[in-house]
Amino acid sequence: MVADPVVAAVDRIRTRRVHAGRIADRLFHGVTGGFALLVLSLLAAVLVSLAIGAAPAFRQAGFGFFISTAWDPVSNDFGALVPIFGTVVTAVIALVLAVPISFGIALFLTQLAPPWLSRPVSTAIELLAAVPSIIYGMWGLFVFAPFYAATVQPAAQSLLGDSPWVGALFQGPPLGIGMSTAGIILAIMIIPFITAIMRDVFMTVPPKLKESAYALGCTTWEVTTAVVLPYTRAGTAGGIMLGLGRALGETMAVTFVIGNAHDLSAALFMPGTTISSTIANEFTEAYGGTYSAALLALGLTLFLITVIVLALARLMLLRLERQSGGRRHV
Amino acid sequence: MSDRTLDPNRYLWRRLTNGFFLCAAIAVTALGLVILASILITLIGRGFAALSPQLFSQPTPPPGNDGGLSNAILGSVLMTMLATLIGTPVGVLAGTWLAEYGRGTLVAATVRFINDILLSAPSILIGLFIYQVVVVPLGHFSGWAGAIALAVILIPVVVRTTEDMLLLVPDRLREAAAALGAPYWRVIVSISYRSARTGILTGVLLGIARIAGETAPLLFTALNNQFQSLDLNGPMANLPVVIFQFAMSPYDDWQRLAWAGALLITVAILVFSVTARIVLRTRDQTR
Repeated sequence: MVADPVVAAVDRIRTRRVHAGRIADRLFHGVTGGFALLVLSLLAAVLVSLAIGAAPAFRQAGFGFFISTAWDPVSNDFGALVPIFGTVVTAVIALVLAVPISFGIALFLTQLAPPWLSRPVSTAIELLAAVPSIIYGMWGLFVFAPFYAATVQPAAQSLLGDSPWVGALFQGPPLGIGMSTAGIILAIMIIPFITAIMRDVFMTVPPKLKESAYALGCTTWEVTTAVVLPYTRAGTAGGIMLGLGRALGETMAVTFVIGNAHDLSAALFMPGTTISSTIANEFTEAYGGTYSAALLALGLTLFLITVIVLALARLMLLRLERQSGGRRHV
Repeated sequence: MSDRTLDPNRYLWRRLTNGFFLCAAIAVTALGLVILASILITLIGRGFAALSPQLFSQPTPPPGNDGGLSNAILGSVLMTMLATLIGTPVGVLAGTWLAEYGRGTLVAATVRFINDILLSAPSILIGLFIYQVVVVPLGHFSGWAGAIALAVILIPVVVRTTEDMLLLVPDRLREAAAALGAPYWRVIVSISYRSARTGILTGVLLGIARIAGETAPLLFTALNNQFQSLDLNGPMANLPVVIFQFAMSPYDDWQRLAWAGALLITVAILVFSVTARIVLRTRDQTR
């Protein structure tokens, strides 16, 4: 076979280009895959770095770190119970307030409001979610706290302060700042998040289901509780957990209004502290091994709590996603 | 049974319940809007009152003196830009792998899951992480550490949107390009990226909006600096930390500056997120 020089040249060029394409392909695959693995390892890296930093604190206090109420930089005696307590209490207050309100807004947006109204309100809620947390903190400190101290706190104290069981919750000076204020500001912060998720998952309910219920004579409220909520159970719960994750880890908004006192008290009007606000306030001043190790140990605690909550939230949202045919939410 | 269905009281009760809860839904929506209005009015009222040209020309003052926020604005812009430059390629490439190569694999599902957790992980922990891996080894706070911390917060946002947007590109387009003999990297660069361009850009804009107001991760990475500085190896002033310190201070003039900074930062963030929305909407309409 006599090789035509032109055909041979074309062949050579083609082989070279196919070869080059393969190399470039492998390179591109490798580089993108490498960055994907980098993202994968980020979470583990955070965990490891916090654990290494926290080790001295655990070595000194052992498991007792989690149940000790001490916080004494002078004698290097640290315990996590007070900040953990504050974190959990403020997050619970936030959820108790935010869930019904978010549910109401999502109900309004998906079942009640006409499109010309629901669209701008939706946008407004989403803009509220974009406002940085430090603004909520400032608003809480300069606007909400004085209002709260002047109106709500005295009223609550005169109304409930003497009741036998709940009375203990409403003790303390009406300063405007404290655990309950932090909980309320957190609620305001997470309402846009929970609302946006609830609205999105409520919209996944097939109209046929709702219309069948209406045809049977159900009221809007009955359709919501008997059709919409059962259908979106997993997604709604996922959205609430996501809100909880945010409330647990939020720093700036809380730091402004919680009062930063290492006291364990049932009274919600008293100043308290949370894990994140303790870290934010004290970390840069914490020179000396055990002090910063104790703060890093607090960070590690927060990491473990929030990652568990967020993982559960994502698993629930994933379940809804499968149910609604692969559509991703949030 | 039959008298139950005919009981007029029961019907009335159902209607009353319905009316009560629907009114409650309207009331809480109104409450939400009132809070939003209160935040915006406070911000605009106090922020505008403190706006002045010297805000942009003078650095942060000691209490009682005249001054502006120029060092903080400069530092914030610089660190946000750097974080975007670092985080965007990482996020886009990782998102590309998820959407193009990893589809349906267990590794991709894991990466997506971890990324979703990172997306809502407390930002203060990212700050502690960067403190441990950058600030401690170098021995000092620095603008670089701040930028890296912000990049770590930006990455998950970009990964998520890049993947979502690439998955919206129809596979038929990819197959058509492959049938013409294009290698896969070429398909991704010339077909997938080009179709998903605006979507990916939106992700970056949303990421910038997310990091521009982040305070907690900068507290122990960039710290703060009283003076105008372009030195990324030293502590660097930035708007969020200055706002935090000035707002918590007892001095009136510092608090005024804090409100001015808060207004600036919120306006910047709203501009970024509204632009992202408009970009997405116009793209959806041209489709």
